[in-house]
Amino acid sequence: MNIKEQVIAIIAEQAMLEPSDIKMENTLEDIGIDSLGLVESIFAIEEAFDIAVPFNANEPSASDFDISSVGAIVDAVTKLRAEQGK
Amino acid sequence: MHRVVITGAGTINPLGADVASTFAAMREGQCGIGPLEIADVGRLSIQIGGQIKGYDETAHFNRQQIALYDRFTQFTLLAAREAIAQSGLSFTGDLADRSGVVLGTSGGGLNTQDENYRAVYEAGKNRVHPFIVPKLMNNAAASHVSMEWNLRGPSFTVATACASSNHAMGQAFNMVRCGMAPVMVTGGSEAMLCFGGIKAWEGLRVMSKDACRPFSATRNGMVQGEGAGVFVFEDYEHAKARGADILCEVVGFAMSSDAADIVMPSKQGAARAIAGALKDARLAKESVGYINAHGTGTAANDKTECAAVADVFGPHADQLMISSTKSMHGHLIGGTGAVELLACIMALRDGVVAPTIGYEEPDPECALDVVPNVARDANVDVALSNAFAFGGLNAVLVLRKH
Repeated sequence: MNIKEQVIAIIAEQAMLEPSDIKMENTLEDIGIDSLGLVESIFAIEEAFDIAVPFNANEPSASDFDISSVGAIVDAVTKLRAEQGK
Repeated sequence: MHRVVITGAGTINPLGADVASTFAAMREGQCGIGPLEIADVGRLSIQIGGQIKGYDETAHFNRQQIALYDRFTQFTLLAAREAIAQSGLSFTGDLADRSGVVLGTSGGGLNTQDENYRAVYEAGKNRVHPFIVPKLMNNAAASHVSMEWNLRGPSFTVATACASSNHAMGQAFNMVRCGMAPVMVTGGSEAMLCFGGIKAWEGLRVMSKDACRPFSATRNGMVQGEGAGVFVFEDYEHAKARGADILCEVVGFAMSSDAADIVMPSKQGAARAIAGALKDARLAKESVGYINAHGTGTAANDKTECAAVADVFGPHADQLMISSTKSMHGHLIGGTGAVELLACIMALRDGVVAPTIGYEEPDPECALDVVPNVARDANVDVALSNAFAFGGLNAVLVLRKH
């Protein structure tokens, strides 16, 4: 699986949907992921890609890690992996 | 129904090793939060806390006691020593048989667990000290207080996460009020500032890396603290008959459950506990001058708590003061309500309202008088102490000037 497929698999599992139901333009809210689900998804992403994601649930929009859509998350993971030499 | 008064108070917390120094620090708006000094701190992403610095257990306890007393038990015993000494009580005969201890803690002997898991998993040892179980158990502190002061009546420990102390003190209040016990030693303690204790909290992504700034638009999370607060709750007639110095009266208590979410707070649940406590106290909401907020400094708590206060108090919400002393001592989790009760006592007895320090910028969702940064002189007749725990368990106490 490439990065996009892996991120979608993680998000789909959290949302209890099939990966084929997840669109890149979906927001997490669209697919029913709340703040706890987001924290769990970020943990799963960190474990899957061996990266540290800067994210504080108190100020989600203040983070460099863009969570505005599924596509944004895929891009952010790609960037973090490059930055952290993975 | 018996009236219930507080005749002794004791503490050790990041602001001071007794009540007088804690009051002084709260008046000055001092910050007890700083860099953590614990093992493996370099592997933590959160490296600050309200840690009791310069604490030397050997200055207070002998070798045999240290083998049995986890840090949370040590804090409890030091706070209880101060509170019971101030009350002037000694427990013998019928008074001893009927008086007890009810304390709150969330993690109990977490340092003992952390150290011994290290020993068996990390260091590969196959043997641990024989007293690990009695040292780590959540009721160890309550039991040692009962043994030290001969309290032979009803004694137990309450664990409701961040509301543990308020739930414990609520039980003590009702036990004295209904005549079950003439005196209850109550409060709570926490000592969670170890690698495992903080690592677990990091996972939730709600901790601040720099400061606890409750109600400020710039807040970015909670900061953990450690310490204990212990009080002597006494039947008013009993206290009066022996001429005891009365710090204040406990007049109301209520609990509620959100029955909604394991971590996200509910405005309705908080509001029901606040309104319930006022009803229990049979006091008009306009009589309340000060609320010691739960005020954790997280986005979720602070706006929910302010909305609940606004709902319950209506126009009076703009007349009362509400501050979070967690900005100074951090979140003592299961011990937090006990240390925060001190701020209520200071407001009622000394007429000084502790500030919310670290306050930088107003948040329209927290538009109440949060006593920003500087303590205030005020005549307060009634004070509330809020605690809203993970798991949606809420507990609110009402105190009145005596």
